[in-house]
Amino acid sequence: MKQRIIIIGSGVAGLTTAGVLAENGFEVVVLEKESRIGGHVRKWDRLFPNRRPANEVMEFIEKVLNSSVDLRCGVTVNGVIRHDEEFIVLLSNNETVTGHALVLATGFQLFDAHKKEEYGYGIYDNVITSAELETIFKEGKQLTTNEGKTPHRVGIIHCVGSRDEKVGNLYCSKVCCVTGVKQAIEIREQLPECEVFSFYMDLRMYDRHFEELYYEAQQQWAVNFIRGRLSECSENPDHTLILKAEDTLTGRPLKMTVDIVILLVGIIPDPETGKIASMLGLPIGTDGFLMSGDEHIKDNTTTIPGIYLTGAVKGPASIVNTIADARATAQQITSRFMAG
Amino acid sequence: MINFNLFVLPFFFGLLYMLLAIGKSWYRWISALPAIDKVKVTSGIRHPGQVISALKEVFLEAFIHRRMWKLNPLLGYLHMSFALGWLLLIVLGNMESRFYSGTHLNAPYYPIFLKFFIHDKLVLFFEVYSVPGVFRFIMDFVLLFVLSGLVLAFIKRKHSKWFGMKQTTTHQLTDRVALTCLWLIFPMRLLAESYTAGYYGNGGGFMTQPLGNALVYITPLPSEFIAYTMWWGYSLVLGIFFVTLPYSRYMHIPTEVLLIFFRHFGIQPKKWYSSFTETEVHACSRCGVCIDVCPLRAAEVIDSQAVYFIRGVRDNYVPEEITQKCLICGRCQEVCPVGIKTDALRLIKRRELNSGQATEFRYLSNGHAKPADVIYFSGCMTHLTPTIIRATKGIMTKAGVNYIHLDENQTICCGRPLMIAGKDRQASELIEFNKLLIKQTQAKLLVTSCPICYRVFREEYNIPIRIQHHSQYILDLVKTGKIPLQGNFRRVAYHDPCELGRGTKTFEAPRELLGKVADLVPVRDQTNNAHCCGGSLGIFEISSHQRDTMTKQALEILLEHEPETLATACPLCKKTFSPHSPVKVMDIAELVYQAIPEKELPTISQLPHLSSCFVSAQSRPE
Repeated sequence: MKQRIIIIGSGVAGLTTAGVLAENGFEVVVLEKESRIGGHVRKWDRLFPNRRPANEVMEFIEKVLNSSVDLRCGVTVNGVIRHDEEFIVLLSNNETVTGHALVLATGFQLFDAHKKEEYGYGIYDNVITSAELETIFKEGKQLTTNEGKTPHRVGIIHCVGSRDEKVGNLYCSKVCCVTGVKQAIEIREQLPECEVFSFYMDLRMYDRHFEELYYEAQQQWAVNFIRGRLSECSENPDHTLILKAEDTLTGRPLKMTVDIVILLVGIIPDPETGKIASMLGLPIGTDGFLMSGDEHIKDNTTTIPGIYLTGAVKGPASIVNTIADARATAQQITSRFMAG
Repeated sequence: MINFNLFVLPFFFGLLYMLLAIGKSWYRWISALPAIDKVKVTSGIRHPGQVISALKEVFLEAFIHRRMWKLNPLLGYLHMSFALGWLLLIVLGNMESRFYSGTHLNAPYYPIFLKFFIHDKLVLFFEVYSVPGVFRFIMDFVLLFVLSGLVLAFIKRKHSKWFGMKQTTTHQLTDRVALTCLWLIFPMRLLAESYTAGYYGNGGGFMTQPLGNALVYITPLPSEFIAYTMWWGYSLVLGIFFVTLPYSRYMHIPTEVLLIFFRHFGIQPKKWYSSFTETEVHACSRCGVCIDVCPLRAAEVIDSQAVYFIRGVRDNYVPEEITQKCLICGRCQEVCPVGIKTDALRLIKRRELNSGQATEFRYLSNGHAKPADVIYFSGCMTHLTPTIIRATKGIMTKAGVNYIHLDENQTICCGRPLMIAGKDRQASELIEFNKLLIKQTQAKLLVTSCPICYRVFREEYNIPIRIQHHSQYILDLVKTGKIPLQGNFRRVAYHDPCELGRGTKTFEAPRELLGKVADLVPVRDQTNNAHCCGGSLGIFEISSHQRDTMTKQALEILLEHEPETLATACPLCKKTFSPHSPVKVMDIAELVYQAIPEKELPTISQLPHLSSCFVSAQSRPE
């Protein structure tokens, strides 16, 4: 009899795990609360650091899904029961799914920018989030102000909802720095006349080719990087925006008018994850993300045998790291069931 | 016959020592007063009215303990029985002793130990209607009164909640020694008087005589010896108490008297550590009433409450951390039975910590403001809550006010956050700069959205222009019919911001204004007793998590009556509550703005702005 594995979440993490497990001969059920699979990356346009289309990655991941993967969209988890060596998952549509292992790949949510009221999201029309900018690019649209004008100046604000104790998120969201650099280039690419100013605390270009991208942004695309956290944003009568910050390199306060402000919103745990974790009794870290069995050497397993964690459910992660993590999870599950 | 016995010596020398020590302190404090205050003292003494009103307050506060009664009747009775009872024992004891000695000049110990000296005077117990009989009855009654307080004090150790106190002060060694002696004084007196009355068969009142008879009956040892020992004990505990008093919390007893006189003579607390402050510090009884009301307790901060801070100041040892660990919310000040200005004291100590390091304000030096009728100073906290600025400006535009938004671009801060940190010198630079701008506008009214600014404009600016918080100003606009209002918010709870409420005693205007646009739900612990939202700028020594605990505690109380909206009148409170509140948090200005009928609302392009200071395009230097 084929072993059945239940995966909650159909983003990059969930689908990659599903693909590898299916290849390895498991029966896989993927549960997705949205109406379609793909998670956040489905909404992205191009990916850092090489600006290749996000579609390509999604297509690759979806290609390996075969008939032994059962995708169920539009369902949430109402309850989980452990019965002998099996997990019975009660779904919101009153169906149940039974499996021999449970993989939590519930990923993340984006920080709600309304919470930083001083940045004016939801108050001023020309303040948008990095996710909304991706949508604009994805739909092939031109970046314009809310009034339909071509912007002359755009401000990109780093660390919105990340590394910010006041909003309760002390951690770094890891992917926003390089996303900000990528988007700055893309704006310059689309609107060569538009100046771009990036306000950062420090730029964490930790992974391969990130630093190169940052150099490219400065040298080839003349993006202005200003070291200083935005203190507040206010609106002029013509709907342009005033940014106030301290330029910490010159040690002086700085004020600037821009046409559009883009907030690089951070990554926060999905509230759905917390619910599932409390049903199962899984430990949650101080940052709200789930805790694995051991942060170094048992990062895919949990304190409960048969329950696995993969991807951004354990904290912010890039796509490349998520894919590697998902494959590792799938491999661990395979070894466990195939050995016996 | 000479009325003397060796046992009176501990009492006598203890009393002498205490009086000298108190006298020395009083002399030091009075002589250290600034010249102007000395004039106030000398002129005050010559005004019988001031002296009488001070004496009246001394009686009401130091003996009756009026403020304690208000806090909790049991607590009031406890303190009154000790203070008033002891006073009566002394006064009536003196009168009684005169009857026996026939002279007005008795040795100071004579009335205290009277029953020892008069045991051989033949007045029989049953002669209750004689003068000595009446005295005996009264003296026993007063002693019983004091002892009833002592019983309550014992009970309070175990059940402080019955006295309205959850947490009591953790005392030092000197305080404990003094407390033990104080508690022993009256039982010792009871035993000494009873044994003496019992042994000699007379001299006792309705309590001491029967008790003495019973004690003599059941005690196997020679009663004369025990009675004498008790008199020694009584004198010793009195002596030890008097010697420790100047070094213990009981120094508050004589000091409070001096403090009340200082206040009645019009002496004001200073911004630096003055002799007035020194008096205040010694007038703290360490009753610990300030502990329960401190919002920091929710954040598990238990070592920096006013009582401990003041004790540290008095002992000349306050760790910087304790000085800094305070919200400056003023809640303890409201309940202090001695009326100590705890916030002002904290700020004095913070000023002493000020390194004097200069702040960089050069970039502000080109300030220039255009004339206008009204200045709107939103405040830097309001800049972080732009919806409040939008609402307030919208309301002012609707009312057709010719105003200037002074801190839109020209200036940055009112100066109070610096002052709360003890950086007065740095704040004064900002204040002078702002005063210049204010003068340039030639405005007659300054309106601010931030209670922190409101307070500093009132207290520190000394400018000849009217200052209003926007809740007061908008109320005036509504009352004069300049703002049409329609629509009503259901179930709104109002939170008193510390700086607006306790800080400037503005309680009515926000409520009256809210009443025009909303149905208010009741809130426990309002006005003077309102909780700090937890966002106070007064403290940087605690973690965000500790702040969150305070915020949640405050919210829990505010939301008890299930409001649909939480209203406040402070941008900092709004910002602090918003992430934690299950209901929408709105500033009072936003509520009013939303109650203006839609067709009446100004569009953003109608909002006036200051084109002259319109943002110089600035990019980073190459």
